[in-house]
Amino acid sequence: MFMRFIRYVSGLLLLAQVSMAGAVLNIEIIGAGEHQIPVAIVPLGGDDKLVQSINEVVTADLQRSGLFRLVDPTGKSPHEPAEVNYADWQVRGAEALAIGTVAVQPNGRIEARFRLLDVVKQTELVGQAVSSSESQIRAIGHRIADLIYEKLTGDKGVFSTRIAYVNRQGKSFRLIVADSDGDNEQVVLAHSEPIMSPAWSPDGSHLAYASFETGHAVVYVQSLYTKQRVVLANFRGSNSAPAWSPDGKQLAIVLTRDGSSQIYLVRPDGSDIRRITFSGAIDTEPNFSPDGQYLLFTSDRGGSAQIYRMPVEGGAEQRMTFGEGNNFSPRHSPDGKSFVFAHLRNGKFHVATQDFQTGQMTVVTEGGWEKKPSFAPNGKLILFASEARGRGILATVSSDGRVKQHMFTQSGDAREPVWGSNF
Amino acid sequence: MKKLVISIVLVNLLAACASEKPKETAPAPVPRAEAPGKVEEAPKGEAPRSAATTPSQTEVDPLDDPSSILSKRSVYYPFDVSVVQDADKPIVQAHAKYLSEHAKRKVRLEGNCDERGSNEYNLGLGQRRADGVKKMLELGGASSGQLESVSYGEEKPKASGHEESAWSQNRRTDLNYLK
Repeated sequence: MFMRFIRYVSGLLLLAQVSMAGAVLNIEIIGAGEHQIPVAIVPLGGDDKLVQSINEVVTADLQRSGLFRLVDPTGKSPHEPAEVNYADWQVRGAEALAIGTVAVQPNGRIEARFRLLDVVKQTELVGQAVSSSESQIRAIGHRIADLIYEKLTGDKGVFSTRIAYVNRQGKSFRLIVADSDGDNEQVVLAHSEPIMSPAWSPDGSHLAYASFETGHAVVYVQSLYTKQRVVLANFRGSNSAPAWSPDGKQLAIVLTRDGSSQIYLVRPDGSDIRRITFSGAIDTEPNFSPDGQYLLFTSDRGGSAQIYRMPVEGGAEQRMTFGEGNNFSPRHSPDGKSFVFAHLRNGKFHVATQDFQTGQMTVVTEGGWEKKPSFAPNGKLILFASEARGRGILATVSSDGRVKQHMFTQSGDAREPVWGSNF
Repeated sequence: MKKLVISIVLVNLLAACASEKPKETAPAPVPRAEAPGKVEEAPKGEAPRSAATTPSQTEVDPLDDPSSILSKRSVYYPFDVSVVQDADKPIVQAHAKYLSEHAKRKVRLEGNCDERGSNEYNLGLGQRRADGVKKMLELGGASSGQLESVSYGEEKPKASGHEESAWSQNRRTDLNYLK
């Protein structure tokens, strides 16, 4: 019985601890996809001479997705198609093989030449040269991992995308932008008052957020390139919950200047503010549909917090969630067919999704302190705030609930995460 | 500069809250006898003086009198409720009366929530709590120019922990007098 349990655990539960030198986050992966694709990644020729191993980035990315089984390449190191003996890889059970070389160019840039081969059909699936400055060498690894992911799963990879979150350590708050693996972090804002609700502009160039640095919640829009920012809304009471329209030409925000929390539209420079909800209840957390036509939002107009939907230009508001518990923080999936939200039931927060067409709700996590979910741009992963070992952490779960990962910051609590919407 | 002042006021407020608990804070230094006639400014940042050490000093601001209901600066709420509870109404009414008699005093109403909600929902709920106290103060005679309401949502919990003992302390509106 016990042995069967062990077999069950080792069979179904892949628990990998990826702890990279210099990495800001420690990552734990729990679970595995139903059909893991066996792939062999041969370290690029020249990888061992780089300041940062590209191989390390590629394998960590693929492993984190839970969709791949990494076949050990030990003993074989082909770098060109002519050097590949396909029988070697068929014996090891690999279906695909990644090979290539990397070198420092005369101008100091790093260039990797990479190929992905189909071991069964003995053909090339993709070949590409990827280059970057030495300081952005991890980006090469993410790009290669994206190519492998896309070729083998049919979905676009999200390893090159970025996330934003708030790190809270005592009374110090930092708004952070990082690669999707938590590395390469950049501090956007740091001070001693809370920061909430970062929201990416559709092109990834700006963040909107609410900050308490002047004593109450004020919404700012800040350029990630110039670091310059504008006050989007600073009215009496609370200004918060910014959400960008897909065309980037306006934002939905929540103001209390006319009473309770209501939703308004505003241009990114703070002009042309107009109110679009008139409930007198708490209407908050607006989120645009990918076609820009609808807003999902949280409201307690029915007596408790639930998800509602309305046309952006006003019109009939429709309740979306029913049944036991309360629901918060809705966000559309990138294909617009479903939405993800935080579901509070029996004192626990769960990540849940709901299909627009069927109305079917699916709870994708066991529950705990799981808040603020958002989809990766490919819709295959959901990023959310969670808690483990008494700390606020970032976590992801595959949309089918099968693969989870926990990302621990080196110190403090990670809160308010959001996945960038562009690839 | 303004920020600094606000922080000091906050520290005072926290000290006042702490002294409401059974655990006693260090006693305030007893005023020296050699300056009997001098009316002292209430020293900020120290525990309130007991009534015994300041006999019949009519000019003491009732805000600084620990036996006054005005020493209570927080009202508390049940889960997801923003209406001031009957038990706490006398506190708000007393502050309304005080403010109506002290037109120069200003107070910041700071709404807070427990963590059972999204941060944004709680920001809205905290604002509703603070606005509810503000409205009650106005009805009681305070002028709107004396009042500012803000919300911290669940972002500034007084107590941490995922249990009711912490949550009940975090569901509150603080009346924070400005200097």
